[in-house]
Amino acid sequence: MTTGGSDELTVRIWRGRDDGCFQTYRVPARANQTVLDVVTEVQRHQEPALAYRFACRVGVCGSCAMTVNGRPRWTCRTHVRSIAQEGTLTLEPLRNLPRIKDLACDLTPFFEKWQKAGGRHLGTASREDPPQAVDPQSRARLVASAAIECINCAVCYSACDVVAWDADYLGPAALNRAWTLVNDARHGARDDTLDRAFSSGGCTSCHSQGNCTRHCPVGLSPSESIAGLKRAALFGAPKVS
Amino acid sequence: MERHLFVLQRLSAMVLAPLVLIHLGLILYAVRDGLTAAEILGRTQGSLGWALFYGLFVLAAAVHAPLGLRNILREWTPAGTGLVNLLALAFGLLLAVLGLRAVVAVVA
Repeated sequence: MTTGGSDELTVRIWRGRDDGCFQTYRVPARANQTVLDVVTEVQRHQEPALAYRFACRVGVCGSCAMTVNGRPRWTCRTHVRSIAQEGTLTLEPLRNLPRIKDLACDLTPFFEKWQKAGGRHLGTASREDPPQAVDPQSRARLVASAAIECINCAVCYSACDVVAWDADYLGPAALNRAWTLVNDARHGARDDTLDRAFSSGGCTSCHSQGNCTRHCPVGLSPSESIAGLKRAALFGAPKVS
Repeated sequence: MERHLFVLQRLSAMVLAPLVLIHLGLILYAVRDGLTAAEILGRTQGSLGWALFYGLFVLAAAVHAPLGLRNILREWTPAGTGLVNLLALAFGLLLAVLGLRAVVAVVA
């Protein structure tokens, strides 16, 4: 516990919506404590009206992302000891998204942009057809697999400075999703997805600052996916078989 | 359209890169004994090679620069897409007209 020897942790939590303020709570510092544990402790014992969002608590669902000490993080897999500065945690909702209350954001614009970037899978076979054979070692599949494990947590979207200043920008997660579909042999609209990824506010708006890749909690590289989309500009969607 | 404009900007950059290097090299070479208008015109007048070289240079620049300007205007000003496109197109035409006029002036 890096709390300066103290057995208590000072937690500043954003309360309210856009015009709210920070409130300070003190919670017991424990040996193995995630940021989500701290928020839950505050809500259960001190502030029952505190609004936040979580579901799985094990880094799968992507619900619990917040801004922790100025950086977007998945709070269920972030140990307090790895980030608490002198025993203080500052918790805010994610950046770049409309706030609802306290630590909860409205992710509607985030997911709307997934659709706008062509992120909806279009099947090409019916349930009567046999499963399509996809070579897991094919180049396109390897590229898609490298980017496929996104948990939709919006950490990259919150970290991205281009999203912050360009409301039209589709954002790293939506473009990363588009790149996986462009490389997916089973997707029936690969060219359409590529065109959508190049629409106004699409991949050409990326400034390659890399904040998405720096902050992605599952270690994906949306920057690389966006670079892949840009490379596909001239020759179209990559060959998938 | 964005995809085609993106490709155009990258391709024009690929054309411009060697042309800029040759142009800069030429400047170093041309000024070695002092620089006079007569010397420049002596090299360029009637030269189909230099006409093609700088003609291509001007056209590539007239494609490349307005696309970059368009991105900057779109990101940094509140101007709508229509106005930004119009400004970029006008800038491109201006570059092309002024540039080609200059090429004609030194090679004709």
